Amino acid sequence: MKSPLRLERRLTQPRALGWQVPLVSIGGALLLGAVVLLLTGKNPIDVYWRIIQSGFASKTALRGTLVAATPLAFTGMCAAATFRIGIINIGGEGQFFVGAIGAAFVGIAMDGAPTSVILLSMILMGALMGSAYAALVGVLKAKFNTNEIITSLMLNYIAGILLDYLIFGSKSYLRDPRSMGFPTGKPLPKGSWWPTYNIGSAVIPFGFLLAIVIGASILFMYKRTRFGFEASVIADSPAAARYSGMRTRAKIISVMAISGALAGIGGATDVGNFRHVMDAKGLQLAGYGYTGIVVAALARFNPFSAVFVAIIIGGLTNAGYALQGPDFQSGLVGTLQGLILFTAVAGEVLMRYRIRVRNNEKNVAVAS
Amino acid sequence: MSGNIAVKMSGIVKKFPGVVANDGVEFEAKVGEVHALLGENGAGKSTLSNVLTGLYRPDEGSIELHGEHVTFSSPRDALNAGIGMVHQHFRLVPSFTVAENIVLGEDDGGVFLNTADVVARVEELSLRYGLAVDPRARVWQLSVGEQQRVEILKVLYRGAKVLILDEPTAVLTPQEADVLFTTLRAMVAEGRTIIFISHKLDEVMAVSDRVTVLRGGKTVGTIDTAGSSTRELARLMVGRDVVFDRVQRKNPAKPEQHVLVTVGLCANDDRDNKALNDVSLSVGAGEIVGVAGVSGNGQRELAEVLGGMRATSAGSFHVGGVEVTAGRVRRSIAAGIAHVPEDRLHTGLAASHSVEDNLVLKSYRNNPISIRSILNRKAIRSNAETMVQRYDVKTPDTETPVRLLSGGNVQKVLLAREFSAGPKVLVAASPTRGLDVGAIETVRERLVAAADDGVGILLISEDLEELMSLSDRILVMYEGRIVGNLSTQEATRESLGLLMGGATVGGHTA
Ligand SMILES: Nc1ncnc2c1ncn2[C@@H]1O[C@H](COP(=O)(O)OP(=O)(O)OP(=O)(O)O)[C@@H](O)[C@H]1O
Ligand SMILES: [Mg+2]
Repeated sequence: MKSPLRLERRLTQPRALGWQVPLVSIGGALLLGAVVLLLTGKNPIDVYWRIIQSGFASKTALRGTLVAATPLAFTGMCAAATFRIGIINIGGEGQFFVGAIGAAFVGIAMDGAPTSVILLSMILMGALMGSAYAALVGVLKAKFNTNEIITSLMLNYIAGILLDYLIFGSKSYLRDPRSMGFPTGKPLPKGSWWPTYNIGSAVIPFGFLLAIVIGASILFMYKRTRFGFEASVIADSPAAARYSGMRTRAKIISVMAISGALAGIGGATDVGNFRHVMDAKGLQLAGYGYTGIVVAALARFNPFSAVFVAIIIGGLTNAGYALQGPDFQSGLVGTLQGLILFTAVAGEVLMRYRIRVRNNEKNVAVAS
Repeated sequence: MSGNIAVKMSGIVKKFPGVVANDGVEFEAKVGEVHALLGENGAGKSTLSNVLTGLYRPDEGSIELHGEHVTFSSPRDALNAGIGMVHQHFRLVPSFTVAENIVLGEDDGGVFLNTADVVARVEELSLRYGLAVDPRARVWQLSVGEQQRVEILKVLYRGAKVLILDEPTAVLTPQEADVLFTTLRAMVAEGRTIIFISHKLDEVMAVSDRVTVLRGGKTVGTIDTAGSSTRELARLMVGRDVVFDRVQRKNPAKPEQHVLVTVGLCANDDRDNKALNDVSLSVGAGEIVGVAGVSGNGQRELAEVLGGMRATSAGSFHVGGVEVTAGRVRRSIAAGIAHVPEDRLHTGLAASHSVEDNLVLKSYRNNPISIRSILNRKAIRSNAETMVQRYDVKTPDTETPVRLLSGGNVQKVLLAREFSAGPKVLVAASPTRGLDVGAIETVRERLVAAADDGVGILLISEDLEELMSLSDRILVMYEGRIVGNLSTQEATRESLGLLMGGATVGGHTA
């Protein structure tokens, strides 16, 4: 039996779909989520209301949401950045980890220096570590044409092992010598903590402001600079890029490096702004890198929109923490996020294709 | 020929944002005829075929197949009803065999492929229609002509009674085209219907029974080929007389004043086989030097070396007496070499980018298109507006992606960019392939005008007529070497044909 519906490729993508699709995706996810909730005997309206309350509706709620959103904004930008040149970087996770390692090292080692200097150094170090780690993937791709999805994914595992080694497997500089029994990271001295700002009634972490500024700059870079133009031509047709004298390999490496730097700065915000320690287990549990891919997909790979999508996803995560308890399973928020990913992918399909109702009879008379 | 109507399309309207591609087209093809569809670039031929094969839905109008109303919602529907299309760009899987490609996408086949059965049927079909191709060969091993035969076999295999061929000869050598025509005649003799799209008027005259001419999305008329002439067809197409006499030169060529010299160039092709073997040639200021040869004899590689896209293994090339570093596109651009590649839509242009972006594909690094690495959108827009007007590009606006333009307008965008860069040397590979007579005339005039301005032109083409009417001198390439250097007086179809086939005659240095 043929399905009565049929996908038809769109020749052009109407602009308005750019914001309609993400909204519809999230709406669709909430609807699907409602079904799940009903099936488990819960009142979806009540649950959603509580999520909104504890995710967005108060000063503390917002603060927690921004804390959760900041790393996601960076990993989302990371995934969006390579997409613009037609590469898929799954390695945001590992690049985030090494960024955190670098930033923690600097934050501890520079104890006593002025906060602004430390802060800048942590950002730079995070960016440097992440970008070097990602550039590795770029070099492999450019020189040996290895599949970037596989190499970047493998590097995630290696970075995870590195985290474990630094804290649990060795007496490294980052391990707290005072931690007995269960080893933990060395806490950052107070002077290395990143500031938060009270703007109106909101409390905004420095890292989040940084994400907005960087997101806007990256978007500008892709839309308005030679570099961005070259990246988009390479994504469209590598042959045309070569023909017009663009250095495609070098560009692939630079874009990977930029993408990695974004994730690396994300790692630095995690250490500097929030945990104030390189938390080997916590980082791996959070899975920021992978959630970032969802954020990027929902933002339709626009690095600036990714920052705002991160607020929504971050809010969900935050609400999940706040509401976790006997009547609110911890898996619920994960399920919702999974549904959002699912509908985001469906939304992406809708951007490229449209649904048509099939005329099932083979030769029907035209009614006209 | 029977008088039965196979296909009747009435009042077909198909609109795209900004253009009406089909504006009330009337079309009718009989059983057992080759019916040519003729029209300028952008006249709506491909759109009409896509409507007939269910790829597009018409906004208005109706289609009758053997007297019955039909609507198709996909090419598969159309194929089930007996209408198949051979697209200009093949849709084959290179790593699959011919037989596998042919049954690919059949939905009523079982899970297992009965290869022996398929092979036998394919062999039977290819014998019957003179479509020589080995069903067990893998597609990547086939020449372009053979791949086209596979596409035709694919639709025949599914039992198509009406076949649409969109510019099938654009990719064929003249010999291959002749073979194709025999096949087409064999098919109509069996009562099939062929709808044949082409810009080459002599082909249309030779192979088709009737011709329908489209202009600006409307049917101009349908006439019998017998009793018509290429001249009449051209007039119907463009609405005025087109003359293809030798275009008059304002300034004579200065062959001794070399703008391009190559010395012993050697280069490999993509599979690392030797493609260019000791190629030495020169092009004078204002000289149009034709390069003849059966495709695949090193012409493409020669163009790519000069354009900087391909590294050399020996030899050098010089523009205005200065050696150009090989294998560097930007050096070639800076030296003043413009390059019109064979593959327009994927090499010469970034297909999903807009017309305006494509027009600055090579100049985006220069002031005022970009200033300190920031793009100047205003300058890009106004550059595009000037070019679109000057080169008569038909496009809804400058933001339209080039892949949505008709074939001829795609080429105009490319030529506009390359001509306007003020080159010293222009390397053009098949610049008029797929263009309508009016557009060919324009391109030829532009080439000649550039030569009049002193640009040295290397014109690579398989169209001997074109080479003979434009060139000051014709080189012949065979297996990566230059095997002939003929003045236009010496060059005849016969002498060129012999040299292209590898016979050795006369001088070697160019
Ligand atoms: N998918 C599309 N979206 C927007 N415009 C289109 C699309 N397809 C075709 N057009 C426009 O419709 C017109 C007719 O195009 P079509 O491809 O049918 O011309 P054609 O006669 O086949 O020309 P050519 O000989 O150059 O191939 C052109 O102006 C073209 O730009
Ligand atoms: Mg066409």
